[in-house]
Amino acid sequence: MTAAIQVNAVEKSFGNVQIIRDLNLSVAKGERHAIIGPNGAGKSTTFNLISGHIKPTSGEIRLNGEVTSGLRPFEINRRGLSRSFQVTNVFARMTVWENVRCAVLWATGHRYAFWKNVDSLPEVKQRTAQILDDIHLSHRRDVPAGLLTYAEQRELEIGITIAGGASVIMLDEPTAGMSHAETERAVALIRRLTEGRTLVIVEHDMSVVFGLADRISVLVYGHIIASGTPEEIRGNPKVKEAYLGEEVD
Amino acid sequence: MTDAPTPSLAAAKQEPGGVLGFYGVWLLAAIALVVLPLIFSSGGSLTSFCLIGIAIIFALSYNILLGQTGLLSFGHAVQYGLGGFLAVHVMNAGANHNWPIPLPVIPLVGGIGGMAFALLVGWVMTKRAGTVFAMISLGIGELVASSSLILRSVFGGESGITTDRTSLMPMFGWTFGPQIQVYYLIAFWVLVSAIAMYALTRTPLGRICNAVRDNPERVEFIGYDPHVVRYLAYMFAGFFAGIAGGLTAINFEIANSAYLGATQSGLVLFSAFIGGTAYFFGPILGAILVTYLQLGLTSVTSVWQLYFGVIFIGIVMFAPGGIAGILMKHRPLIRAGTLGTVIPSYLVAVIPTLAFALGIILTIETVARFSGGDVINLLGIPFVATAPTTWAAAAVLVVGGFLVARITWRRVAEAWDRAATVARDRGYLA
Ligand SMILES: Nc1ncnc2c1ncn2[C@@H]1O[C@H](COP(=O)(O)OP(=O)(O)O)[C@@H](O)[C@H]1O
Ligand SMILES: [Mg+2]
Repeated sequence: MTAAIQVNAVEKSFGNVQIIRDLNLSVAKGERHAIIGPNGAGKSTTFNLISGHIKPTSGEIRLNGEVTSGLRPFEINRRGLSRSFQVTNVFARMTVWENVRCAVLWATGHRYAFWKNVDSLPEVKQRTAQILDDIHLSHRRDVPAGLLTYAEQRELEIGITIAGGASVIMLDEPTAGMSHAETERAVALIRRLTEGRTLVIVEHDMSVVFGLADRISVLVYGHIIASGTPEEIRGNPKVKEAYLGEEVD
Repeated sequence: MTDAPTPSLAAAKQEPGGVLGFYGVWLLAAIALVVLPLIFSSGGSLTSFCLIGIAIIFALSYNILLGQTGLLSFGHAVQYGLGGFLAVHVMNAGANHNWPIPLPVIPLVGGIGGMAFALLVGWVMTKRAGTVFAMISLGIGELVASSSLILRSVFGGESGITTDRTSLMPMFGWTFGPQIQVYYLIAFWVLVSAIAMYALTRTPLGRICNAVRDNPERVEFIGYDPHVVRYLAYMFAGFFAGIAGGLTAINFEIANSAYLGATQSGLVLFSAFIGGTAYFFGPILGAILVTYLQLGLTSVTSVWQLYFGVIFIGIVMFAPGGIAGILMKHRPLIRAGTLGTVIPSYLVAVIPTLAFALGIILTIETVARFSGGDVINLLGIPFVATAPTTWAAAAVLVVGGFLVARITWRRVAEAWDRAATVARDRGYLA
């Protein structure tokens, strides 16, 4: 079976600083894959590369077998990959409802339509309402996104990411800055909403990572030093030495 | 407070009578357009109404760019002017060859002209938003405006190209010679264009335009190419600007290079901004005000552009949401029933603010007319520009007016804060 995401020997330099070195990553379809690693290791850069936000200096990225390195983000999104951002990235002046609805429009085939009334598209309305319900923001539907609390914005960020129904979901530190209770709620949400899809998640909270992920990749200095099941990662001496230290045991 | 709705419920409540209210507004607008010239029937007001109608379409078309898509254009008059020129050429050709084109469809020709130009140059222009787009729009504006003086056969040089609106095929027995018939033609297009532009904001494309305005980067990750979105918005803006240009050509029976120029581009930016770009109706208010100011000020002062500048700076600094922004800020207060608590502070602020404004006017006019030694007539009081008493009066009004007005403005702000807090507590979002 072709992998959902296949990264082959990707390198990325900013100027003459090499950030990503010989990156190889394979995420199987339907898998929940966590990427862990210290700050500045290149996790967000990896997300940017896979989602088309930046182009690799060399190497190749495939989505469901098709080469996507070199494509624009919207082209990759249309092929079934959707990502969230570590720093909240929503449509601040638009309401919560409009934020989610915009993320639904392309996927429901309405594209650049200027001859349809957006308020009378039943499947759009239904799907938007469903997503709002899923992310527990129905009661805030008419509030401009810029006025939401931090935790609410993080939930909206997830809502926008999953709204298009992409088969591959990438979440960059979705729980960063959340309280313990908020994190638990968000993880339950992620678990439920990505059911039956492929998930790639960057997460710092090790209990979340080991509870959620089918497989884990460890990124250190732009290179994946280990990739495997949670048990394999726990027992990997290289990982212990480079990153996890004592905290896993 | 016990009977107040819970905050979340009140905030999430739908507008009352959505559909009815929607059609009601346009029906009222249609009735108003029909009866306006019956109430104000003088030739002068009819002329003003025609100009205002055209300015409304033009300002709304500009807001497709600025307010809806976040594109700041310094050259929107290009599409307006080219629409006007194409309209004039088609009118003349139609008259010469006896084409069966009635005058009422000519604005559509203007629209096609504006859109065709946007189609041609828009793809390159809209690659980037922000400063890049603003600069290119300025450049294209200058380019076309200067070409219009060189390409005489198309643009008629300095004098422009004239036409005769009565020379086309009559429709329903209307020749469109009398201004009142032109008024109804313009009114018809104002209504149709405004409804069409409003409807555009309610389409998938219209919503995505807003998303591109707010965050073009994120739009790329929900399947949309912001470049295509901007390009489409630019074409629609060009289309409606062209309609306005076509109507101007009909109204004045001429198209000349001034239609395309930087002054015209500046004026439409000014109208949209003063009216308020965040609300659909904002540019309508702006177009009405600016057209009236232009007509009114040019007859009483030679330095009317200076007043435009002062007003513009004032709006940018103190009310960046424009008139519509100021009005809409009051909505939660009206709903919460706390508007009454701020009105007295407004009334108190009016007198010193007016004194301050009069002082500024007197200062401007004194400087403008100093060398001529003219007499300034302000509120029926004659002031001699060269007299030291006039200077003293101006200084007292400006300084004294400002010092007193500043205190009353603070009162307004305090009263406002109290009322807004109460409104928020009652669940109405400001
Ligand atoms: N656009 C960029 N230009 C230059 N350096 C960058 C850029 N994006 C990321 N970096 C650098 O790449 C390194 C990895 O960053 P990042 O991928 O954000 O790490 P993290 O693993 O914490 O998400 C950091 O040192 C960062 O400064
Ligand atoms: Mg990161």
